[in-house]
Amino acid sequence: MSVRVFLLALWLPVTAWAQGYAGLGGSAEGFDTPDPDYVFSFPRDHGPHPSFRIEWWYLTANLTGADGQDYGVQWTLFRSALKPKEQEGWQSPQIWMGHAAITTPDQHFFDERLSRGGIGQAGVSAQPFEAWIDEWHMRGDNFDQLELSANSDTFSYDLQLSATGPLVFHGQKGYSVKSADGQASHYYSQPSYDVQGVLRLPSGDVTVTGNAWLDREWSSQPLASDQSGWDWFSLSLNDGHKLMAFRLRGGRGDFTAATWIYPDGTTATLPDGAAQFEVLDTDEVAGRNVPTRWRITLPARGIDVEVAAMNPQAWMGTRFEYWEGPVRVSGSHAGRGYLEMTGY
Amino acid sequence: MTATVIRTLLSHWRSHRLQLITLLTGIALATGLWSAVQAINTEARASYARASAQLALGQFDEIQNSDGFIPIETYVALRRDGWQVAAVLDGTLRIKGRSVRIMGVDMVSYPALPAVTEAEQSQAPPDPADILTDPGRLLMTADLAMLFDGAEGFPPVLTSTALPPDLVLTDIGVAERLLDRPGQISRLVILPDQPQGRTPLADLAPELLRSSPSAQTDTAQLTDSFHLNLAAFGLLSFAVGLFIVHGTVGLAFAQRRGIIRTLRALGVPMHRLIWLILTELVLLALIGGLIGLLIGFFLAGALLPDVAATLRGLYGAPVEGQLSLRPAWVASGLAMAVGGTLAASGHALWKLSQMPLLSGAGLQAWGNAAAHRVMGGVGLLLLVGAGLIYLSAQGLLAGFAMLGALLTGAALLLPLVLSALLAVLGRHAKGPISTWVWADMRAQLPGLSLALMALLLALAANIGVGTMVSSFRLTFLGWLDQRLTSELYFSAEDAEQAALITDWLNPQVDAILPIRNTELSHETGPLFLYGVVDDQTYREKWPLIARSPDAWDRVMQGEAILINEQLARRADLWPGDILHLTSLQSRVIAGVYSDYGNPTGQAIVSMRQLDVLAPDTPPALRFGIRLPEVRAAEMAQKLRDQFDLPTQAVIRQHALKAQSVAIFEKTFVVTSALNVLTLGVAGFAILTSLLTLWTQRLPQVAPVWALGLTRRHLAGLELLRSLLLAALTAVLALPLGLILAWVLLAVINVQAFGWRLPMFLFPGDWLRLFALTLVAAALAAALPALRLMRLPPVHLLRVFANER
Repeated sequence: MSVRVFLLALWLPVTAWAQGYAGLGGSAEGFDTPDPDYVFSFPRDHGPHPSFRIEWWYLTANLTGADGQDYGVQWTLFRSALKPKEQEGWQSPQIWMGHAAITTPDQHFFDERLSRGGIGQAGVSAQPFEAWIDEWHMRGDNFDQLELSANSDTFSYDLQLSATGPLVFHGQKGYSVKSADGQASHYYSQPSYDVQGVLRLPSGDVTVTGNAWLDREWSSQPLASDQSGWDWFSLSLNDGHKLMAFRLRGGRGDFTAATWIYPDGTTATLPDGAAQFEVLDTDEVAGRNVPTRWRITLPARGIDVEVAAMNPQAWMGTRFEYWEGPVRVSGSHAGRGYLEMTGY
Repeated sequence: MTATVIRTLLSHWRSHRLQLITLLTGIALATGLWSAVQAINTEARASYARASAQLALGQFDEIQNSDGFIPIETYVALRRDGWQVAAVLDGTLRIKGRSVRIMGVDMVSYPALPAVTEAEQSQAPPDPADILTDPGRLLMTADLAMLFDGAEGFPPVLTSTALPPDLVLTDIGVAERLLDRPGQISRLVILPDQPQGRTPLADLAPELLRSSPSAQTDTAQLTDSFHLNLAAFGLLSFAVGLFIVHGTVGLAFAQRRGIIRTLRALGVPMHRLIWLILTELVLLALIGGLIGLLIGFFLAGALLPDVAATLRGLYGAPVEGQLSLRPAWVASGLAMAVGGTLAASGHALWKLSQMPLLSGAGLQAWGNAAAHRVMGGVGLLLLVGAGLIYLSAQGLLAGFAMLGALLTGAALLLPLVLSALLAVLGRHAKGPISTWVWADMRAQLPGLSLALMALLLALAANIGVGTMVSSFRLTFLGWLDQRLTSELYFSAEDAEQAALITDWLNPQVDAILPIRNTELSHETGPLFLYGVVDDQTYREKWPLIARSPDAWDRVMQGEAILINEQLARRADLWPGDILHLTSLQSRVIAGVYSDYGNPTGQAIVSMRQLDVLAPDTPPALRFGIRLPEVRAAEMAQKLRDQFDLPTQAVIRQHALKAQSVAIFEKTFVVTSALNVLTLGVAGFAILTSLLTLWTQRLPQVAPVWALGLTRRHLAGLELLRSLLLAALTAVLALPLGLILAWVLLAVINVQAFGWRLPMFLFPGDWLRLFALTLVAAALAAALPALRLMRLPPVHLLRVFANER
């Protein structure tokens, strides 16, 4: 895809993501801030929270094709509010951005979309659930049964998602702390979707099955000022356990957090420092050194695994750039999952 | 050896300084006028290209709605089908009496614009939140920003150096509020990289039309005719200037024959002489060309602001009044100078190269009866060709080709016609002197014919263009009287204020005529649809040039429509035909009205019909007021005071007329300037020709002097002869000029502007021009005649001693 140089590319606060959230490290300036005592309510909370500055609906899927090959799929809708006051029409401060990608062991396709809120070109409704930007959509009668679609000039996909377990809340009942200073977000996931559908690639159509993980997160000031980026893992182990673990890289030291998910969907929240991250290998990707092989240890749970990128070149060369791709897990446990790295 | 030859050749210019100045002047004038026109055209075209690049116009396919605007819901429907399109809302805003173009784009999806990149990279880049959300920001040039200084109700202004003049760039959300067109989109730009599997446009939104960049009428296309016009004028000036060069070079070579003969007798080979002379000519051409470029640059600089004003007024084309020096322009100007000089000297050079070694220094003018007959034949063919072009071809280029053939043909035919005329007149001569004068005049004709051709062209162009401009002026003034019938005009800021004002005015005036319109698109380009209320004013005054019976009754009953002449001619629609307005609506045409100074199509329906045809037309903000003229001034002031309106919001009829006339005058400033300059150059050409002939005349005058005619008498005859030839040429130029005027009015204008003008005759102007021609001819002949009168008799005697 040829990256279109769009207006405002450098201005949008979403750029802040690329800079490791540094731009959002300050105050919330009139936006709501996450509340540790917040009680989630569904389906309402599947919908948008425009009084918070940023929010996303983030789906990643590990799939296997009828051809026996592994595939990774990403579908993300970001919402960013330019300022707190809501307004109808073109001048709504809500800006939406969609990212879609398919990763194969040797290729990585991606596309992005940008839209104004307030005119119906992009948005999210909670019931029936629909998240959309242009013709891309993720929708269903409820959050457990979704159809997912994205489309570009080189690839497209249509997938059916069916939840097999409950929603999972990270941190303290969905209040996920992001730094020692207390920056936090509201964060829950649906980590157990069964997936089937079709990927359309330049080489032809592929029928796929597998599983997907959907993250929901919103906040107004997620990172501390010294934090420059993050490494985020979602791993599905073959024994039915799942692990969400992230490391925020900061000048004053890293901040880590993890959620251990049992096969029945119950969770254990692991404190800062419980998970340890070690970079085993880096690759040169898009002109920078990006870690593509990791060792993750969780001594309390007897975990010592190596996590390796399926395709080290899974670079999202979008308006703000980051690495996002499927990974393979080996060592004390085997499995697969997704890795996202920002700020490199 | 070569150095000696060069010194010898150059010695000619030392003893003939005036000749050198004349030659350089000729080259400089030809190059100067031509390159001035080129500079203006290049600058204007560069402005259009810059504006297109600055606004990313003409690079992408676009989607428009033939029914008017595209609703925002349709945009979203296209987007939700996968169509990657960017929304644009265009419009015009009146601020402090000036029209400003507003271009509102969806700043999030529109392709990158230089103005935005510039703002982004500036010292204090604006916050995107400020641009995208209320109140937004306006981007414009610093010049335009002064207009907005102190104006209320506008978002803050950001200045930019990367925008065309008279244009405000802003986010579409700001534009829809400024233009009071919420939810409306003028056009959608189709972005590159479209996803797969989109529904075809015809199924998704059949009312929308997709157009490729080439089909979008852009400024460059619209103004092509104007620039072609200027270029033609420039070429004419160039040709006339070359006549001077031809005359001077011919004279110089004739005078050098003696030196050349001596040099050759001393053993200098002819080919080396030719090369040296050729080099000399090229150097002279370069010097003259440089002077010409200097003249051209300043002339263009002086004329450009008027041209820019014209192009803005006539076509809304953005042209900056600043001239920049381009290397390509310098190179092409010098090339024209060298090429033109060599072309004008080719004949003299060739004759020189053919000169027998021992030929006498005797002088002979070029051209003879046989050559004249050949020229006349070619001229006749060209005239026939012009007629054929008129009958068979269409279009602006054909129009100019026809003009070129007509003028060249007539010029080539001139010597033959003059010779015939002189023969006829000579038959009535009585006495030997009179017979000699007529015969001598015919003998002189070949030497003067080129200068006379130049005069013919300049005079014809003057009469033709003068008639065109004056006819246009007369028609335009009459039309203004018909169109601007209301005694007062006022503009309201919004619909609410408009309603308040009309309510307040109603009991105090005879009638209030709203001016309300909307923009539709037609296959011939944009179409502005106006709604009018039923009023005697329109029925009595509106300038219909073609009409069916009861035209106004039928329009007011909603059956019919009136269209302007531009639309009628472009689409070939006349009373009785059907105009398709939208995909569903069409109306019978009841009449065609003239509409000058406006490049686009227009149509008029009743106010009620306007709401039927285009329900989303914004309410009227401008109104005409009918009331007794004596109360106009007082009412204007009352209106301003009552509603606290700025001065320019209420304008009286005569002020509006004066503004229109001022714009009109500016339109033709350049034409008139070039016209006068061309005539001046032609006069100069006669002078050089006569000076050339002067040297050649002595052998012919000497015998007559020897027979007893005094030098004074001979000088008088010289003057008379010059006057007569000029007069005859002027008489012949009249019909040619009138044909030229007719072609300009009936062919070129229709193609260039879309209107055909009636032709008026201005005999007073012709008389003045005739007198001017005689004065010019007399002045040109005065110098040689004076010389003859003061010539020491010894020179005349020497003719007999030297000759053979």
